[in-house]
Amino acid sequence: MEKHLNLTLQVWRQKNAQDPGGFKNYEAKGISTEMSFLEMLDVVNEGIIKKGEAPITFDHDCREGICGACGMVINGRPHGLRERTTACQLHMRSFNDGDVITLEPWRASAFPVLRDLLVDRSSFDRIIAAGGFISAPTGSAQDANCLPIPKDNADRAMDAAACIGCGACVAACPNASAMLFVGAKVSHLGLLPQGQPERTSRALDMVAQMDAEGFGTCTNHGECEASCPKGISLDNIAMLNRDYLKASLTYRPEVESGGF
Amino acid sequence: MKREASFLNSSIGMKVIMAITGIMLVGFVVGHMAGNLQIYLPAHDGVRPLDDYAVFLRTMLHGGGIWIARGGLIVATALHVWAAVRLTKMNRDARPVAYHAPVYKASTLASRTMRVSGAILAIFVVFHILHFTVGKFTPFEEGKVYQNVVTGFQVPWVSGFYILAMLCLASHLRHGIWSLMQTLGFNHPRYNDLRLKLATAITALVVLVNISFPLAVLFGYVKLS
Ligand code: HEM
Ligand code: FES
Repeated sequence: MEKHLNLTLQVWRQKNAQDPGGFKNYEAKGISTEMSFLEMLDVVNEGIIKKGEAPITFDHDCREGICGACGMVINGRPHGLRERTTACQLHMRSFNDGDVITLEPWRASAFPVLRDLLVDRSSFDRIIAAGGFISAPTGSAQDANCLPIPKDNADRAMDAAACIGCGACVAACPNASAMLFVGAKVSHLGLLPQGQPERTSRALDMVAQMDAEGFGTCTNHGECEASCPKGISLDNIAMLNRDYLKASLTYRPEVESGGF
Repeated sequence: MKREASFLNSSIGMKVIMAITGIMLVGFVVGHMAGNLQIYLPAHDGVRPLDDYAVFLRTMLHGGGIWIARGGLIVATALHVWAAVRLTKMNRDARPVAYHAPVYKASTLASRTMRVSGAILAIFVVFHILHFTVGKFTPFEEGKVYQNVVTGFQVPWVSGFYILAMLCLASHLRHGIWSLMQTLGFNHPRYNDLRLKLATAITALVVLVNISFPLAVLFGYVKLS
């Protein structure tokens, strides 16, 4: 049943990367429980714009939980307290009349705040560019079943590939570590035959880029898994550790041409 | 990128150092606990088995054994603390602005206080060596290990500090043993549930037996002659 809520938002406002920023309170009146969280913010922003002030900036795109663009820390939890839900898929029926809702950006030095709740996540793109790909010929499609893949591996690769790269794992981690993200990418390719040729260099290069971006390290708290809207498992971190360890022990140094 | 140099400087490489030195230290605390259980054995021919055991430790391999063990422990502890300091700095730098009121769902108090429990353990290790090896704080007679332990633990604040340190050890070990398995990539659906059980079992064994020593002395179950 539709109800209407009166809420108080405590929102992080920050003009740009240099501005120190701070919290500002807003009243959100007559919010329908059938709105999504981002629609609620749209309504609040309309009111702010009518007053001639700058609206609250936040990232979003698909609004159906698949693109990974949205994301903010809602009441101390990335994407809010509801499990396996992106901020865009969170609905106002999860809140009660009179609630005070605190909104903050992802907090990580590798995700600098650009404005308000919008952060720059291009560090993730650079990690992918360092090794999160395969070099496969893109000619005509292969015959079905010419690359046998055990069902179990296909399932695990698919589960890892569900990562939408939203960054909630980094935001939730007390150390701002990106190990769940990198683990998901490394496992999803490493479990499939197409991922084997670059398996060694992938682990080494993606971890090197992850460290260079200034992400924290994994203390195995498990907060990443608990906040992941796609339920990516900590198993992927163990697999990344294993791949990295193996790659560090066995990689072959590059040789001048003519070497063997 | 120079890959030769990168492993020991990488976040995962540092965690692997943490884990391997952690295994060495766990091995030590298990052995230390088991050896000390001899405090409960009765004296025969006027010799306390614990004192005999101490003589064995000091004389095995013509007196070299104890220095091999000490050397290994000093190196392991130094590397463990060095890696902990570096990892802690990386983690602090990675989150320069804290959240207003973070909500934790999966982590434990133990996992979030590894640095605190570790620091108390470091202080404890120094205290413990000064106490029973060097002979500070309570009456001490060289070679009379059983007697030194009993007179030491008869002082309530000393026993209290040992028990407090053991509670920190419990917290550090239970998360640490689980964590090191994940760090070293021991992860398999058939054995995953066993990991935390193993961590809990080793921790409970070491900590409960260790705490029993000061309690046994305080309650008069273990006493002089
Ligand atoms: C001497 C003082 C000590 C300090 C300062 C210390 C500190 C730490 C810290 C901060 C961590 C977490 C590192 C991270 O994951 O980022 C850790 C992990 C660990 N510690 Fe200690 N510790 C100490 C002593 C010990 C002792 C005596 C033992 C064993 C009896 C031990 C066993 C472990 C284990 C097994 C881990 C887990 C390694 C991993 O996560 O892979 N530590 N220590
Ligand atoms: S806006 Fe695309 S996942 Fe939320």
